[in-house]
Amino acid sequence: MNAAATTKHEATIEAVPDLPIIIITREFGASAERVFRAHVDRDLFARWVGPRSIDTTIETWDARTGGSWAYRVGRAEDGLDTSFYGSFHEVRPNERIVQTFTWAGAPDQVMLETMTFEPLEGGRCRIVGRSISESIEVRDQMLASGMDVGVQEGYAQLDELLADGSA
Amino acid sequence: MTDQLSRVFQALADPTRRDMVARLAADGDASVGELAAPYDVSVQAVSKHVKVLEEAGLVSRSRDAQRRPVRLEAEVFDLMTKWIERYRQQAEERYRRLDAVLATMDEGDASGDGQRDDAPIDQQGAAS
Repeated sequence: MNAAATTKHEATIEAVPDLPIIIITREFGASAERVFRAHVDRDLFARWVGPRSIDTTIETWDARTGGSWAYRVGRAEDGLDTSFYGSFHEVRPNERIVQTFTWAGAPDQVMLETMTFEPLEGGRCRIVGRSISESIEVRDQMLASGMDVGVQEGYAQLDELLADGSA
Repeated sequence: MTDQLSRVFQALADPTRRDMVARLAADGDASVGELAAPYDVSVQAVSKHVKVLEEAGLVSRSRDAQRRPVRLEAEVFDLMTKWIERYRQQAEERYRRLDAVLATMDEGDASGDGQRDDAPIDQQGAAS
């Protein structure tokens, strides 16, 4: 179920079938220090975490071990208004961020995310993000939804398949 | 709807069933006996695996032919692959935005990594 990257530096994804894990790996043409900073600096983070066309508002931000975070994506008038929150379990400068992640729409579910920042030659770096869900079912819901507005079209496709009896 | 997807993933969580799906994809339809041949398990056990795959909608079995060949339902398999690929694409899009942010950091930060006086307060105490 691995989708190989189409170019050298595109993100790769691995959904381990037997475990509730999603692993996303990506290389950057910047040092681990810079990429790390873009993950812990409130203003920098807000500039890339959400879709370009939709406002991202950081509501809580304390990026250090034992701290917490929360942000909102979109506004009610955009037809999309959703928020995410969690805790920073460990923030190890330039090396590692461990945090919990909850979508406010499913407050009983929490994911544990571990992101490592590995320096590469030539001032580049690689980050590896592992998301662990509570169960394979929850992981699959994550994958299916993509936590995205596109979720409905995915369900519509599956509905069609189920309706015509091929599934 | 999501139950269906969970069944698909659960069906593929088993290495034997994954292997069976891979063989059906590579070699085309096969009878249960043919599917069972490479494994050190009974035809009954393989039949059970086929039933799980069938319930997940990953394979179907024709009713008329006597050997009732098992056929891969590529549509369902493709849909799941598509979902994973879309999830990956979303991550890639997010990281392309990060690329752009990193580029602006480079311009405004010629002196080196994280050495700026205005480095975020957020990082302080992070090592404790």
